[in-house]
Amino acid sequence: MKYAIVVNEGPYNHQAADSAYQFVKHALDKGHQVLRVFFYYDGVFNGSRFVAPQSDDRHIVKRWAGLAEQHPVDLAICVAAGLRRGITEEVIAPGFRITGLGQLIESCIDADRTVVFGD
Amino acid sequence: MTDLTETDPAAGEQVVKRFMYVNRKAPHGTVYALEVLEMVLISAMFEQDVHVAFLDDGVFQLKKNQDPGRLEMKDFSKTYRALEGYGIEKIYVEQESLDDRGLAAADLVIPVEVIGRAAMTELMAEMDVVLSA
Amino acid sequence: MLHLVNKSPFERKNLDACLKHAKPGSAILLYEDAVYAALTGTAVTDTMTGAAGTFAVHVLEPDLAARGLGTDRLIAGVRPVDYGGFVDLTEKASSVQAWL
Repeated sequence: MKYAIVVNEGPYNHQAADSAYQFVKHALDKGHQVLRVFFYYDGVFNGSRFVAPQSDDRHIVKRWAGLAEQHPVDLAICVAAGLRRGITEEVIAPGFRITGLGQLIESCIDADRTVVFGD
Repeated sequence: MTDLTETDPAAGEQVVKRFMYVNRKAPHGTVYALEVLEMVLISAMFEQDVHVAFLDDGVFQLKKNQDPGRLEMKDFSKTYRALEGYGIEKIYVEQESLDDRGLAAADLVIPVEVIGRAAMTELMAEMDVVLSA
Repeated sequence: MLHLVNKSPFERKNLDACLKHAKPGSAILLYEDAVYAALTGTAVTDTMTGAAGTFAVHVLEPDLAARGLGTDRLIAGVRPVDYGGFVDLTEKASSVQAWL
């Protein structure tokens, strides 16, 4: 089954980014495809290269990038939501890319299921 | 999932899905209403079967005479009027949500189809993609 | 349709909104802070006991465990699932609605 995932909230402040990650990881483990994880609203902060949690905590940004290294998952940050919050090409972490909202709609069309994680 | 999608012969293999944008949050207190609206406008470019639903506090998004300029915040309530021009005409507001908040269709910035909760329930169940915030 | 609820019923009305709009027989998954709605001995137990008869109510066990709660306190009829079960629920349903 093909999935499109939407993440509406930033890392650490809200569990949404963790829940979305766990869902994506387990979907991939089961052999499903995750076409795209689209980061919208404050979700764009999931792709900030400046995120630096304490050493005993999970690194949410690197964790996403790790998934995308092992699987063909597109980590897409919304350009409009990103610009509004200062998340631009210069500050995004490796593994992520900035793209338009149209790519969200496109993945919802291409996927069998769309699952939204937010507040 | 061919059972969930319709194929429009005129558009070749173009897949047309039933999308619903669900608005349940009031405007201004958080950014969700504005960014959902931006998503709805973009979706107009994809020739999908777009539905926009307003229920619970989401009905406050359509209240007439909003003046967030008083707070130096963006007034996007006028943008709802542009939806029709983008071909987005399936806009539904839940009657019970209006009633609970002392609002009527006449208080809203655009003409909408006001439907009861039972009809909203049926409509939601028919969707292929539900985008909420 | 699978309905996702992630808010505590003691703080927000998301679960209430979901229950009012879900069709009988549809699946509901309580996760994150919504797992508190799945327990016996609370102010929403009666509501959720009724809901468990109308809908296929599930609760995400890792979210229970993270909050110091065990499946021994679950309302009868509420089914615990792990993340694999969460994925399976999305696969079985025709679509997914998050009650944010």
